[in-house]
Amino acid sequence: MDLWVGIFVALGAAALLGLAMKVGNLTSSKIGDTYTVSAAFENIGGLKPNAPVKSAGVVVGRVADISFDTKKYEAIVKIKIDERYAFPTDTFANIYTAGLLGEQYIGLEAGGEDDTLKNGDKITQTQDAVVLEKMISQFLYNKASETNTDNKASDTKADAPATDAKSTGGKSTELGDAPF
Amino acid sequence: MIKSNLLTSIAQLFSGIGHRMIGRIWRLGAGARLFFLTIIYSGESFRRFHLTLREVYFTGVMSLLIIVVSAFFVGMVLALQGYNTLQKYGSSEAIGVLVALSLVRELGPVVTALLFAGRAGTAITAEIGLMKTTEQLSAMEMMAVNPIARVVAPRFWAGVIAMPILAALFSMVGVLGGYLVAVPLIGVDDGAFWSQMQANVDFREDIVNGVIKSLVFGVACTMIALFEGFDAPPTAEGVSHATTRTVVISSLTVLALDFVLTSFMLDV
Repeated sequence: MDLWVGIFVALGAAALLGLAMKVGNLTSSKIGDTYTVSAAFENIGGLKPNAPVKSAGVVVGRVADISFDTKKYEAIVKIKIDERYAFPTDTFANIYTAGLLGEQYIGLEAGGEDDTLKNGDKITQTQDAVVLEKMISQFLYNKASETNTDNKASDTKADAPATDAKSTGGKSTELGDAPF
Repeated sequence: MIKSNLLTSIAQLFSGIGHRMIGRIWRLGAGARLFFLTIIYSGESFRRFHLTLREVYFTGVMSLLIIVVSAFFVGMVLALQGYNTLQKYGSSEAIGVLVALSLVRELGPVVTALLFAGRAGTAITAEIGLMKTTEQLSAMEMMAVNPIARVVAPRFWAGVIAMPILAALFSMVGVLGGYLVAVPLIGVDDGAFWSQMQANVDFREDIVNGVIKSLVFGVACTMIALFEGFDAPPTAEGVSHATTRTVVISSLTVLALDFVLTSFMLDV
């Protein structure tokens, strides 16, 4: 009977260990010693703490902390990078989206400097997250003003710059009614 | 004359409702008292650990078969159903996440607790109810053996120990069942199945919370079974009613507790 209870408890421990290792992220989220660098973004989109930091598709670190700078009105993202990987000081940090609607991660593109980033350094070259709504509205706006100037150009060629300025103002209300 | 008859029947109706309510509240209080007494007298069940070990065998090891087999089928059904919907959105690789998260967060602890109430809870109630009916408990008291320390506490701790183990096994076997359907049968990519799962199942948020849930369910299910047995009228009918009540009350309590715990854990 004691033997069976022993087997039972061992099975339970094995199941829990299996859950932690095979199903959970206990192994994959662990990175060794790290150094921390920060980067400022105007817009981080949906980036969250613990999001992966990738370079050439390989996970090299994790997002440690996200805060807001009230002086410059920027987001300050602290990144922990595995000590095995060194990056030049002019490394470029982008916020990408995995798939069309997937989670967001930071992509690092190495620059050409000889000096490498150290603990506490700041990545100066950054590119914000692509916000889908912003992109769509920009696209529609451009499209609308394009067609508008075409129309206006064919109608009245005389005072083109004046109508252009006016037409973009008038177009936005038309866009609001447009069924898209 | 008729008027007074009507009045008395209305009065009887109200007094009946009140009587039932008071009865329920009285039972709740008695259950809480038994719970505290069990905690107070549980030193015995650790000093003489073989008593608890014996109960772990009866409640835990004997429940292994039903838990493992049902977990296997639950996992397989989850994978089939999940694939059916996910492939419409072209993301059948996410099936691993679906199976793992639903098992670890919800189905593992809840279904285990429901099965536990049916398999082990009824056995506890019937055993203690029969002990009371045949006056074994009174005999113990006559011999200055505290029946709560000797009979109730070991069963309580055995249930609390066995439930998380069973729930962890349920989740693991369920994931394996889901894997078996998703990868060899349907043909989802092996690597994507595991890597998506690992990327989306968090150890602290999902797995540890699942274990906490099963611990709470273990306390609730075992305590309800013990109390129903302890409180059963000492007749054959009384014991049978108590056994039925164990299953009904345990199941409802587990489902209600699950909602409360989930709303705490997800911090909506």
